[in-house]
Amino acid sequence: MIEPIVSFHDVHKSFGDVKVLKGIDLDIRPAEKVAIIGPSGSGKTTIIRMLMTLEEPTSGDIIVNGTNLWKMEKKGKLVRANEKHLRAVRGDIGMVFQHFNLFPHMTILENCMTAPLHVKKEGKEAVKQRSLEMLERVGLSDKVDQYPSQLSGGQKQRVAMARALVMRPKIMLFDEVTSALDPELVAEVLQVIRDIAKNDDMAMILVTHEMDFALDIADKVLFLDEGVIAEQGTAREVIEHSNNERLQEFLHRFRA
Amino acid sequence: MSNWSWEVVAEAFPKIIDGLGITLGLTLACYGFALAFGFIWLFMRKIPIRPLRWLITWVMEFIRSTPPLVQLFFIYFAWPMVPVIGFTLNGFTSAILGLGIHFSTYIAEVYRSGIEGVGKGQWEAAKSLNFSKRQKWTKIILPQAIPPTIPMLGNYFIIMFKEVPLASTIGVAGILHIANSYGAENWTYLEPLTIVAILFLALSYPSAIIINRLEKKWNRRFDKKEALTRSKGATA
Ligand SMILES: Nc1ncnc2c1ncn2[C@@H]1O[C@H](COP(=O)(O)OP(=O)(O)OP(=O)(O)O)[C@@H](O)[C@H]1O
Ligand SMILES: [Mg+2]
Repeated sequence: MIEPIVSFHDVHKSFGDVKVLKGIDLDIRPAEKVAIIGPSGSGKTTIIRMLMTLEEPTSGDIIVNGTNLWKMEKKGKLVRANEKHLRAVRGDIGMVFQHFNLFPHMTILENCMTAPLHVKKEGKEAVKQRSLEMLERVGLSDKVDQYPSQLSGGQKQRVAMARALVMRPKIMLFDEVTSALDPELVAEVLQVIRDIAKNDDMAMILVTHEMDFALDIADKVLFLDEGVIAEQGTAREVIEHSNNERLQEFLHRFRA
Repeated sequence: MSNWSWEVVAEAFPKIIDGLGITLGLTLACYGFALAFGFIWLFMRKIPIRPLRWLITWVMEFIRSTPPLVQLFFIYFAWPMVPVIGFTLNGFTSAILGLGIHFSTYIAEVYRSGIEGVGKGQWEAAKSLNFSKRQKWTKIILPQAIPPTIPMLGNYFIIMFKEVPLASTIGVAGILHIANSYGAENWTYLEPLTIVAILFLALSYPSAIIINRLEKKWNRRFDKKEALTRSKGATA
């Protein structure tokens, strides 16, 4: 049995009185590619935001690489994690956002270099080399000295991926990374993710509405509905053969 | 009534120019003080004790709603009479404190608007890349928050320059003070005060142009599209 790199144990999340997640249990193996699908408001984004430490769970445990993410031991007791603890665990996780969130005051190359340089304190030459390689991989070698405002949405999103990848995370999170893009730019971004998924051995969690894409790259698909994982299995099992009614209805709406 | 006399101009001008150093020096000192103290307000307002935060907000509001002249007089004339903690300050120092603190409350608002203008998505991206708290501010937030505030900060510089003559009321010998004394001694105010007005114009107008240039230079990198994406943030 391989140890999971990420586990959720009975994770709940409420915003005020609204219960958004109602008991999530989940194991993700290293290098596993997981797609999360589900209707709007079902809590998909919230799941990965908790993993990225952008949102704190109301109860339950999230274990990353053997360490409890949101709790730490202090005098033999489990207490709420402080920023130092979160920072230590967070280093293994990278995220690509729906709205890119590139740093507009930095060039494309600087966007990629800033975190390895300042957060990991790596040498400048090595970081530059790696950033350039990564930008080449996402097909943006000719844009390295431009600013984000000069790029198309698809190009921005590819920079965002390169920026996350240079940090060499063990877990990569993608939150509907194509849904803010013009339709004709979606394919180029999906192609890059496909390439990463096939060639890199990190775990990936993708929230997506692209069913064919999920079917293509995901080892496992989770169908999230009203705050619980209503269905899970291989992409084929879930997307093609499930007889969960809500899932059928959801898929039907998407195919239409 | 006297008529305009170029002789008086020729005599008064060099004397008034002598005070220019003080007027400009005081402007810069007050401005520097206000820029620095603006940051202090910003941090004080983040103190995690609520009653203390209310107190700070109230004090800022109080300072803003009181005329700067009253504050100057208080620091110069009244502060030395406060038991135990009071002590005498010279005119120049009183002016720096009085005007500096007064304007720092406005500068603090400018800083706040600059920081709030940086979208939530930037904070989240910085966190996802594991920046420390300090690095988040120095590498990501401030470099974006400061440029849009430059025109406002520049305006306050010019406004402050025009308020600095208030210090003549507590004996700081800037250009207005000298012109006024000259007028009193020679029974002619027209020429010296005209000179003062022209000097102020000659200095504030180019400052406005410089600020305009700075603004254009800083904002060239940011375009509207990007600002829009930033303000939409990363929710959903
Ligand atoms: N910061 C917040 N404060 C209050 N409510 C929130 C917050 N973030 C999310 N919610 C609510 O939690 C629920 C789940 O949100 P979430 O963004 O996780 O859904 P989602 O499955 O990603 O939906 P979508 O497909 O529309 O992105 C929604 O009802 C949303 O309004
Ligand atoms: Mg979402």
